[in-house]
Amino acid sequence: MNWELIFKWLPRIAEGAWLTLELVAIAVIAGLILAIPLGIARSSRQWWLRSLPYAYIFFFRGTPLLVQLFLVYYGLAQFDAVRQGPLWPYLRDPYWCAIITLTLHTAAYIAEILRGAIQAIPPGEIEAARALGMSRAQALLHIILPRATRIGLPAYSNEVILMLKASALASTITLLELTGMSRTIIARTYQPVEIFFAAGVFYLLAAYVLVQGFRLLERRLRVDACQGR
Amino acid sequence: MTLDLYGFGPALAAGTLMTIKLALSALSLGLVLGLLGALAKTSPYKPLQWLGGSYSTLVRGVPELLWVLLIYFGSVSLLRSLADLLGVASLELSAFAAGTIALGLCFGAYATEVFRGAILAIPKGHREAGQALGLSKLRIFRRLILPQMWRIALPGLGNLFMILMKDTALISVIGLEEIMRRSQIAVTSSKEPFTFFLVAAFIYLGLTVLAMLGLHFLEKRASLGFVRSAA
Repeated sequence: MNWELIFKWLPRIAEGAWLTLELVAIAVIAGLILAIPLGIARSSRQWWLRSLPYAYIFFFRGTPLLVQLFLVYYGLAQFDAVRQGPLWPYLRDPYWCAIITLTLHTAAYIAEILRGAIQAIPPGEIEAARALGMSRAQALLHIILPRATRIGLPAYSNEVILMLKASALASTITLLELTGMSRTIIARTYQPVEIFFAAGVFYLLAAYVLVQGFRLLERRLRVDACQGR
Repeated sequence: MTLDLYGFGPALAAGTLMTIKLALSALSLGLVLGLLGALAKTSPYKPLQWLGGSYSTLVRGVPELLWVLLIYFGSVSLLRSLADLLGVASLELSAFAAGTIALGLCFGAYATEVFRGAILAIPKGHREAGQALGLSKLRIFRRLILPQMWRIALPGLGNLFMILMKDTALISVIGLEEIMRRSQIAVTSSKEPFTFFLVAAFIYLGLTVLAMLGLHFLEKRASLGFVRSAA
């Protein structure tokens, strides 16, 4: 193992790691915001309200992220309407394409987590809220969503880790995040083992920090106190 | 609007076949690795526990794409020195072999946890009953534990297989001619990226649905004679 080489390129690798973290942070937060209406609609009792989010979730969970990335980054350029449209400066930028795709992708998974969490709330609690005279919206805001947050948080933290790893795919659309940066460095140094090793350590480190952070958050929200076991 | 594939239909079909082949060979490797990992993690020997634990933690903490690239490009120097040692002209890992190893490795790391859960879910009495009957350790595992693990591990393994099937798309990055690679080739000559990537997406959706149906069938077979607990 050539440690000197690793140390020499460490600043560039760290630069890539920063972009990875930025992508993941934006995607999981925007994805969560998008997933809330999706998840609520998905657990609705009306079939017409349920079917659209279902199709969305089915598509994004049933196809590889790589296909989705290519559809957005390369695919959209096929249409003149898009190329002449006002969004073109964003849609031809790999950075925004990666953010859009990662967000749409993770939103489907988070919506499914949210649906599971909403359906795991004991019906008695929702009935109790209604019996106390809360409106449907009030029950949703004060009872269902806070309860679902705590039930779904462990699964959400898993999803964040999965997104950390999935963000490596952004390198395939020329983005220089951790994996992309490593590939660029390797193209110059021809030392794949050392550089990929360093990148792997960065990923492990980021995953470790995220896991610890979520553990802290779970303690703050007293997740295990609310499981009713 | 009709779908015009510019004569790339057969190429895509061949790509689909390659994707299925890759998924199945990675599955076989992954199942073996997962079983070994779970055995190591549940064994009474500390070094083995440590080995199994670090395998599943390390592999699960690093992106699949990085494993694919590391194994494909990283093996070059390793195999070169091996070739020198053996006196062979050159040794090279094909994209298919590298893909199988990388995806099998990742599948195995997750499967380790699934199998470990299944082993722990089998009542201790069964093992003790085997010991009381004088069965050897290997026999207890093969005849008592393994057949029962199957039913418990199946749903978890099914999920992992769906993930594996989608991860096969990553092997296009190192040039294996599976669905994604074939679509990319079709795109360069047809200049219709959206059409071809959408077709690829629907092929993957079809494969996912097929896998779901197969899994449903297997789960039904495996749980014959068991009452579904009211969850």
